[in-house]
Amino acid sequence: MPSVKIKKHAPDNDMTPFVDVAFLILSFFMLATKFKPEEPIEVTTPNSVSSAALPEKDAFMVSIDKGGRVFVSVDNPQFRQVLIDNLNKTRNLGLTPAEMKNFINAPSVGVPFGQLKSLLSLDPELESTKNVVKQQPGIPCADSTGGELYFWVRDALVAYSGRKLNLLIKSDNDTKYPVFKNVLNAFKKNDQNKFLLVTAPEDAPPGTSLYETRQNQINKK
Amino acid sequence: MASIDGGGDSGGHKKGPGVKKAKKMSTRVDMTPMVDLGFLLITFFIFTTTMAQPTAMNLFMPKDVDKPEDQNKVKESGAFTILLGKQDIVYYYEGLDPASEGNFKTATFKTIRDEIIRKKQNTKPDDLVIIIKPSEDATYKNTVDILDEMTISEIKRYAMVDISPVEYQLVKITEGAAGIK
Repeated sequence: MPSVKIKKHAPDNDMTPFVDVAFLILSFFMLATKFKPEEPIEVTTPNSVSSAALPEKDAFMVSIDKGGRVFVSVDNPQFRQVLIDNLNKTRNLGLTPAEMKNFINAPSVGVPFGQLKSLLSLDPELESTKNVVKQQPGIPCADSTGGELYFWVRDALVAYSGRKLNLLIKSDNDTKYPVFKNVLNAFKKNDQNKFLLVTAPEDAPPGTSLYETRQNQINKK
Repeated sequence: MASIDGGGDSGGHKKGPGVKKAKKMSTRVDMTPMVDLGFLLITFFIFTTTMAQPTAMNLFMPKDVDKPEDQNKVKESGAFTILLGKQDIVYYYEGLDPASEGNFKTATFKTIRDEIIRKKQNTKPDDLVIIIKPSEDATYKNTVDILDEMTISEIKRYAMVDISPVEYQLVKITEGAAGIK
C-alpha cells in the first residue's frame, strides 16, 4: 500500500521576507513621521473640507484652548529674537539676554506682560518649570481693543516688516465664540483681515455642490 | 601618489606558520534581537506618527467701517441670516426682519445645509448673501462648521458679523421655549 508521505517541514520557517517587510514598514514610518512640537496646551481642532496645506514658514500662530487661554507661538527663531527685542523695548519688560534666550527656545508663550519676566527667568530644564509653563494664564485680550495680544501682533508685524506673515489661528472645538472674536479684534486693530484657521482635513460630503465640483476636476484630469 | 591606501596588499592576508587558523563560525547569525527591536520601533512610530497633516482654512474678515453708509447693502430678497446658538443649534431667517411672523426658524447643523441649498436655488446668484452671526454661546466648532457649509454649498458671498441685541433676544426666547439651557 502506498503510504502517503507527509512532507516534513523544517522546524524553523524562513522568516527573511517577513522581516524584510517589517523593516520596510519601519523605514516608511521613520521617514513619514513628523514629531509634534511640544506645546503647553492641548487643542483639538475642528474638521473642515478645506484642502489647502498649512504654511510651514513665516507663521505667527495664536492658539486658544478650551478654557479660552490665548497663546502665541512663532516658528522662526530669528524672528523670535527680533520680536522679543522689540517687545522688550516697547513694553519696557527689562528682560536680560538669558531670559530672551529662554523665549527663543520656548514653544509658545501665554502670560501677561507683567509675568513674562518671571516666566522666562525660570530654568527650562527643571521639572517644576514645566508645570508653570502648563499653567500659564493666557495672554489677556478680553476687550474690544485686543488687550495685550494687540501689542504682540503689532510687534510681530514690525519684526516681519516687508515680508508676508501668515496669521494662523488654532482653536479648540469647545472654545467659546467671544474669545475667538476678541482674538480677531486684536488682529483687526492692526489692520489684519486675512487669517488661516488650522483645521483637520475632511472629505466633502457626497451630493453637495462642492463634492461635484471636485469630482469634475478629478474627471478632467 | 595621491591615492588612498587600501591597506589590503601588503599585510594581513598571509599568516605565518605559527598563527592558528581561526575557527570557522557559522554564517547564520541569530537575528531575533534585531527583529524584536525592529518591531518595537515599528510600534513606536505607528503610535507617534500623525498621518493627517492639518489644513488651513481661509478666513477673510471685512474691515471695520465707521460710517454706516460705507457698509455694503443687502437686498431683502437675497439675505439669509444664520444665528448660532447654544448646544449646536442654529436659527435662521430670510430677509432682513427676524421678528416677522413665522420667519425665525430653528435648525440643526444637519438640516441647515438643505435650507442653504434651497435658498441658493430660489435666489438670483448675484443677490444671495448669507450672514453668519454667532451668538455668545456658540463654540468655535460651530463657527468653523458653518463657514465650512459655505464652502460645501459653494456660497460666494457670505459675511460673519456680530449678533444684534434684537436677534440675541429672539434666540434667547426660542431657547427658553424649547427648554435649552
